[in-house]
Amino acid sequence: MLNAGDLAALWLTFKIASLSTILMLLLGTPLAWWLARTQSRWKGICNALVAMPLVLPPTVLGFYLLIMMGPKGPIGQLTELLGIGTLPFTFGGLVMASVIYSLPFVVQPLQASFSGIGRQPLEAAATLRASPLDTFFSVVLPLAKPGFLTATILGFAHTVGEFGVVLMVGGNIPEKTRVVSVQIYNHVEALEYSQAHWLAGGLLVFSFTVLLILYSVLKTQPSSQPFK
Amino acid sequence: MKTGAITASFQLDYGSFKLEADLSLPGSGISVLFGDSGSGKTTLLRCMAGLERPQHGFFGINGNVWQDSDKNVFVPTHQRSLGYVFQEANLFPHLTVAENLQFGLKRIATQPSNGTILNAVVELLGISHLLDRMPERLSGGERQRVAIARALVLNPAILLMDEPLASLDLKRKQEVMPYLLKLQQEFNIPIVYVTHSRQEVMQLADYLVILENGHVQADGVLRDMLGRLDLPLAQDKDAASVWQGTITGHDNEFQLSNVEFNGVSLSLPNIDAGYGTRLRVQIHARDVSLTLEAPSQTSILNVLPATITGLADDQSGHTIVRLTCGQETLLAHITRKSSQLLGLRADLPVFVQIKGTSLLH
Repeated sequence: MLNAGDLAALWLTFKIASLSTILMLLLGTPLAWWLARTQSRWKGICNALVAMPLVLPPTVLGFYLLIMMGPKGPIGQLTELLGIGTLPFTFGGLVMASVIYSLPFVVQPLQASFSGIGRQPLEAAATLRASPLDTFFSVVLPLAKPGFLTATILGFAHTVGEFGVVLMVGGNIPEKTRVVSVQIYNHVEALEYSQAHWLAGGLLVFSFTVLLILYSVLKTQPSSQPFK
Repeated sequence: MKTGAITASFQLDYGSFKLEADLSLPGSGISVLFGDSGSGKTTLLRCMAGLERPQHGFFGINGNVWQDSDKNVFVPTHQRSLGYVFQEANLFPHLTVAENLQFGLKRIATQPSNGTILNAVVELLGISHLLDRMPERLSGGERQRVAIARALVLNPAILLMDEPLASLDLKRKQEVMPYLLKLQQEFNIPIVYVTHSRQEVMQLADYLVILENGHVQADGVLRDMLGRLDLPLAQDKDAASVWQGTITGHDNEFQLSNVEFNGVSLSLPNIDAGYGTRLRVQIHARDVSLTLEAPSQTSILNVLPATITGLADDQSGHTIVRLTCGQETLLAHITRKSSQLLGLRADLPVFVQIKGTSLLH
């Protein structure tokens, strides 16, 4: 069964994933909206940057984050200036790394969802006296609900599953940076296969359940149908 | 720049497409923007709504200026008192019909008359049984009626309609058309209506603007425009005149109705409507023939004295003759040979025989 260390790892993982998902939604929504609507020449560069974590080995991403967050890196100097200290091997550092690592899983579904809405409902809302901000909340958000659902679940689930970035940025500190995936690695290293089975199997069931719920909810969402 | 109740002057350059229009439209009735696809009619309408922002533009309605690029004035769409009906109904799919109707109402200053207008509009467009439905459960015609109602409940200063019937099949068009006519009669809101359909021009237009390649080819009241021999409308094989008149009597024995127009009256096949009913009749130019003397024995009921006011030859051996009949304008398409044999010329008094008419509404 699960021991105290496993439970601490689970709780830590849950905290990091929840906080990261909230931050990614706050950050990703305006970013995805801008990417879906803009004609700017920066759009290509921005799209590429957001998508980078999809193709980069997590260790590469983790390595550069570690350096940037370090005392000589730009982020590290900023955080030290603000009196927070440096971020590597802290909870805050892990959350920040998670946000960058999982951002494409939030931005891309949102962006696709916003693009799919098209300009027609926005123009209809404008002719019905709704300001752009009003339109965003009263028309865009409800119509993009399936996109938000996908973004939330994928963002959360992907953060739960990260390993390489955590190891590079967070290390292996119990109750601070030792998340489930790292704990599994520890068990396997120590040849505690039955302990590893409980956690690994748990993650397997978790991932499948989450995706199953996501796809069945999306199937029954009326507003995921083409705009009429 | 022209001035009037509605002044619209736009210069817009999208590279491959240019729009240049300088218009003054009447403050009541239906002004139709007519042209082929690519003529710029929808772009012109979108400029009026502020959905496009042309580099140079002026738009004023009844003293309110919504755009004046010289003074850097541009009122954004959501602050303009307008109603807009899109080609596709464009209802919000996540809201019921009632919520779609309320969407705009909730955003304008609450007036005690809001509820009254809502009820009147729902009644007028016959959608009271649809209020709880979602848009996806409506037919195309119903959807378009809801869209018209949604624009109308705001009691806007102007109603802009972009081919509201174009996406509907013939049956649905006939379902929606009567509502458009009622709307014009019961709400005194100026309407700017975009279409490429000659039939809709004939049925709806009071004022007509013909657009071609982003330019205004001609504009004027419908009667004058239909009589312009230099325009494609008169040269078309389906060219017609439109007269508006009033029912003044019924002849039950022969099943005929008498309709009085401007200084001239016609006997028409029985019309099922009471005395005083206003109606609009279309007379195709091909259904009008000319004689120099009053025909004494003819099967044609409507023989009227008229005076030729203009002639033009087309490319296919026909002559288009414009006549004045009472104070109405009439077009006749005859062969060029007949025209020469009769020696037709301007100011010549003749008799017209009208073989048939069609009731537009």
